[in-house]
Amino acid sequence: MAVDEATVSKIARLARIAISEQERSGLADELSHILTWVERLNEVDTEGVAPMTSVVAVKLAQRADKVSDGDRSDDILANAPRRDGDYFVVPKVIE
Amino acid sequence: MAVLIDLTLAAARDGLEGGGFSARELTQAHLDAMAEARPLNAYVAETAERALADADRADERRRRGEATPLEGLPIAVKDLFCTRGVASTAGSHILKGFVPPYESTVTANLWATGAVMLGKTNMDEFAMGSANVTSAYGPVVNPWRRRGDDTRLVPGGSSGGSTAATAARLCLAAIGTDTGGSIRQPAAFCGVVGMKPTYGRCSRFGMIAFASSLDQAGPITRSVQDAAIMLAVMAGYDPRDSTSVNRPVPDYESSLGTGIEGLRVGVPKEYRVDGMPAEIGALWQRGVNWLTDQGTEVREICLPHTEYALPTYYIVAPAEASSNLARYDGVRYGLRVDGDSVDDMYERTRAAGFGAEVKRRVLIGTYVLSAGYYDAYYLKAQKLRTLIAEDFRRAFESVDVILTPTTPFAAFPIGDKLDDPIAMYLNDVLTAPSSLAGLPAISVPAGLSTEGLPLGLQVIGAPFDEETVLRAAEALEQAADFDGSGWR
Repeated sequence: MAVDEATVSKIARLARIAISEQERSGLADELSHILTWVERLNEVDTEGVAPMTSVVAVKLAQRADKVSDGDRSDDILANAPRRDGDYFVVPKVIE
Repeated sequence: MAVLIDLTLAAARDGLEGGGFSARELTQAHLDAMAEARPLNAYVAETAERALADADRADERRRRGEATPLEGLPIAVKDLFCTRGVASTAGSHILKGFVPPYESTVTANLWATGAVMLGKTNMDEFAMGSANVTSAYGPVVNPWRRRGDDTRLVPGGSSGGSTAATAARLCLAAIGTDTGGSIRQPAAFCGVVGMKPTYGRCSRFGMIAFASSLDQAGPITRSVQDAAIMLAVMAGYDPRDSTSVNRPVPDYESSLGTGIEGLRVGVPKEYRVDGMPAEIGALWQRGVNWLTDQGTEVREICLPHTEYALPTYYIVAPAEASSNLARYDGVRYGLRVDGDSVDDMYERTRAAGFGAEVKRRVLIGTYVLSAGYYDAYYLKAQKLRTLIAEDFRRAFESVDVILTPTTPFAAFPIGDKLDDPIAMYLNDVLTAPSSLAGLPAISVPAGLSTEGLPLGLQVIGAPFDEETVLRAAEALEQAADFDGSGWR
């Protein structure tokens, strides 16, 4: 699949990564190259094959629906680039 | 104290037990070696003060007769593991300065059994790479050189700091993580033992996530026995990782030394990949002969979907990465670059914080998961993954282990294979299939290339049969009689 620059812009937007005009054309080539390579999978007939959902056949464990941890706001906020009291600070979202 | 750093983990354990030297002396010898070997760039952080405090505590416990399995043994930790109070960055600029308020389960298991923490080792950014050249801290240098050639070579990746440190005697053992070959491939390049256990054997809690359905922690050591010692401590059920498996951890060390007579060994013809150098084929044949000589029954097996494993991996892993790495948004931890709006802040932070390979994979992952492409790429890859796992399941009906080379070539110069991402991806062509199937696999140093570089053989086992994998690896190790200090 050839990916054009408009598609690169679209997925970069979905991934929330700013890319420069300069990076865009290089990325279009690289991503096209990789996607063309992975398309080799189309050689294989997978009709009726179930997609893998779990590599080891185990049932997810159940646990009691009880609080096991908490009261750690200082730990949780310790690495915040910006904090105000017990809050993370982000740019204004609502005018 | 050169002699102390040359010991295996097992020999150092015996030496401490016999009172020949203290944990402090053993630790100091490693710290001195680390200081001398800084040009290798194997460590991103040396925790000397912590190491000496750990060592003193270990000596004290031993005096009181309270020694635990790794008491006083100096270990290096890949920077992918969260270590409480010690910066953990996964080799990424976006996590610079991140100091976890909690400890990963695997490292907690090491410290609970007395291990000494020497520091955090360099790695490819978020474990995405096979040459340790994508690290925000610069490349790691392999202690090995080609014969008569001083060109600096890659250690492999992504656990390249851990394998280089183990090879260069900058730790007795290290821990790494393997997603598509990130323990085994660098172990092969550096002439050390590297093991990826069965998916679910070790807890992923506190490991910085790359591709959660594939990521698995494992030991990097200078002997198979040492790998068995490390794995026994690292493994185990953890309620905090829903994919960790609740079954007893065997005493791996005691399964060694029993021989491999009667073992059925499979050799998959599909692993003879295009362009594989003759010396890799010859090494593989030597491995077959070694195992035959020790009484095993070697037969050819068929793993028909092998050639599709790498493209499958390069859909599944980036898809999971794009989702896992969404958490780096400049709000809760790590780098933040301000912007006009919250979205602008996200986009600038991630643009400045991620390196080129990480961006490439996040974009590929976003694409294959996006509306209209999900079925064609991601779902297709998950179906191939079923077929690949099924190939192995069928093979293990008639064999106990599978023997292959670990890599299709030896270590290469730093800077090579950078122009073409797919050329770099081919490093993992022989390790990715068993990762996709979640199987235990080990790389054992088995000989030198014509240029004098280490080459590895890989043993793949059935799920949770690490014991048989280790036994076969021990048989190869004994026959190969590899000199791990040959880089000196």
